[in-house]
Amino acid sequence: MIEFSNYDILRNLMFATQWTILLSLAAFIGGTTVALTLTAMRLTRNPAMQRIVRVYVELFQGTPLLMQMFLCFFGLSMLGYEISAWGAAILSLTLFTSAFLVEIWRGCIDTLPKGQWEASRCLGLSFLQTLRHIILPQAIRVATAPTVGFSVQVIKGTALASVIGFVELTKVGTMLNNATFEPFKIFTLVALIYFMLCYPLSLYSKHLEKKFNVSR
Amino acid sequence: MSLVNLHQVHKYYGDNHVLKGIDLDIKAGEVVSIIGKSGSGKSTLLRCINGLEQYQEGGITVDGKEVTTEDIQVRRLALSVGMIFQNFNLFPHMTVGENVMLAPTIVLKKSKAEAETTARAMLEKVGLADKFDSFPEKLSGGQQQRVAIARALAMSPKVLLCDEITSALDPELVGEVLKVLEQLAKEGITLVLVTHEMNFARDVGSRVVFMHQGKVWEQGDSKTLLSNPQTDELKQFIGAVL
Amino acid sequence: MLYFSDLLQYSDVFLSGLKTTVELTVLTTILGVVLGTVCATVRQYGNRASQRVVSVYVELIRNTPFIVQLFFIFFGLPAIGMMLSPWEASMIALTINLGAYSTEIIRAGLASISKGQIEAAKVLGLNFRQTLTRVIFVPAFEKIYPALTSQCIIVMLGSAVISQISVQDLTYAANLVQSRNFRAFESYFVTALLYLGLSILLRFAFNALGKRLFAYRASN
Repeated sequence: MIEFSNYDILRNLMFATQWTILLSLAAFIGGTTVALTLTAMRLTRNPAMQRIVRVYVELFQGTPLLMQMFLCFFGLSMLGYEISAWGAAILSLTLFTSAFLVEIWRGCIDTLPKGQWEASRCLGLSFLQTLRHIILPQAIRVATAPTVGFSVQVIKGTALASVIGFVELTKVGTMLNNATFEPFKIFTLVALIYFMLCYPLSLYSKHLEKKFNVSR
Repeated sequence: MSLVNLHQVHKYYGDNHVLKGIDLDIKAGEVVSIIGKSGSGKSTLLRCINGLEQYQEGGITVDGKEVTTEDIQVRRLALSVGMIFQNFNLFPHMTVGENVMLAPTIVLKKSKAEAETTARAMLEKVGLADKFDSFPEKLSGGQQQRVAIARALAMSPKVLLCDEITSALDPELVGEVLKVLEQLAKEGITLVLVTHEMNFARDVGSRVVFMHQGKVWEQGDSKTLLSNPQTDELKQFIGAVL
Repeated sequence: MLYFSDLLQYSDVFLSGLKTTVELTVLTTILGVVLGTVCATVRQYGNRASQRVVSVYVELIRNTPFIVQLFFIFFGLPAIGMMLSPWEASMIALTINLGAYSTEIIRAGLASISKGQIEAAKVLGLNFRQTLTRVIFVPAFEKIYPALTSQCIIVMLGSAVISQISVQDLTYAANLVQSRNFRAFESYFVTALLYLGLSILLRFAFNALGKRLFAYRASN
């Protein structure tokens, strides 16, 4: 058995943290992109489009992220699409993230008074012009705080990628645990690292929310 | 014998000296109207009498017992002092009847049947017997305030404090609430009201206390004082509100 | 090709997994909301020190992944002498997790109750406990009921992770079945649908319960 010094443990965890951060970023960027597309579909006011978005949200909010990951990883390869753990993790986290973001943003857009749309119509602005100049600038201001807040959920969600074998922080934690038999120490450290990643984002989200409420 | 007695009461909010040595003596059966500009300390004075606000110097007694903000003391006080608020503060999740029965059952430990009899009698008194099973949000502001009065009366208080109880009402609803108060005054209930209703203060009240800059500036029999104010400040105030 | 019919012979496995998931969900929903209510009350009305303790608990849980919390409780605590079965560890982890989120949610509800309501109770002679239970809780919970029940459903879905410490829940059943018949897609797909059904069912149940709890809104 190899002896692990505290330094070795920390070094390994730090190395793994890079993958957690990378996976979080990829999922967040992917999720935002898909959520933007879905939001656009919703705003078209086309009933079919809106129904698609509703079903999408229902599906990915109503099932466990872990199950989505299993389906992406084991399921897709069963169907003949070979996918790496990394690919399956990004894909499922993107689906998960976008389903929540599109709902969060819907709430933000809905808080804008209906009069804004009507007033723009009266001024002769087209749908896209209204969106671009009137709705989006306001919606982005409202949406920033909850979006930053949700990024914490994304980071925590990446921990599930360990289950399908992707080597990130939680996976390295369990591996180190198996090698050192010091679960208390290892999982405390793992938890602390997640906390250091997430807590600043939580604080920033709260700060943004306060700032926004004051300026209103 | 004095029912409510204030002796040299001082109250500060931080550096702000709100009450500057209030002396006031209220006897059983009196109807005392406290008038004055906003910021003169009249609401604060009322809230000191039932222990909702702490005062820093002096002493207040109600029915011979000292008033403090200590929780247990406030609750004992609740047995002799009733209070009605500007914003009614009915409990939205209880029916009118449940609102009135709440304190008698859980504070006075009355039986449900006994509390219900009292509650119905009190609601009858304020003219809302038929609303026993309604929820507050279904009532008009005037009706809600009358329920609040019934709720306070159900505890058979020795004195009823009214904090601008008609100020949040639409003008056409003020009358029905004042009529109830007038009825109570006739029955001999001791009332202390912070109010802007000068006509009510003159016609129903027995005494008017004019507060200015945290002091009792002038007081006396309501009809005499309001028709013949002594100080410039009261003259000005009466001129402004009438 | 997909062969869903192959799963039929395993319906017992799925059902027993479903039962475990439902049992744990019901139990931890109740315990978690009770814990959250106590913590929220302390957070809103307690003294400075106890408020601080609750804040630390809430922030620690909300900013770490559930799976790490679960591993810490199941693997970490025995190392310092607290032996727990997988089922016990899961129950504790889920309760603590929901407790932290519901603390934040319920506190927002408590904060929404106007000072006037509390003063009205005070001048009627109600003590603090009576004011809380009779005057504050019902309107406060009504305010945050949708947020609270959504969180309960999120925690139910998150419970899929407890299969990783071999609690025989619905996800465990899915893993077991796919390891036997190698029909991973079918097995996980059906399980995902079962979870979806469960979350829809829970939402219905919560709505029905809400209608009963807050009946005063709809009546006369």
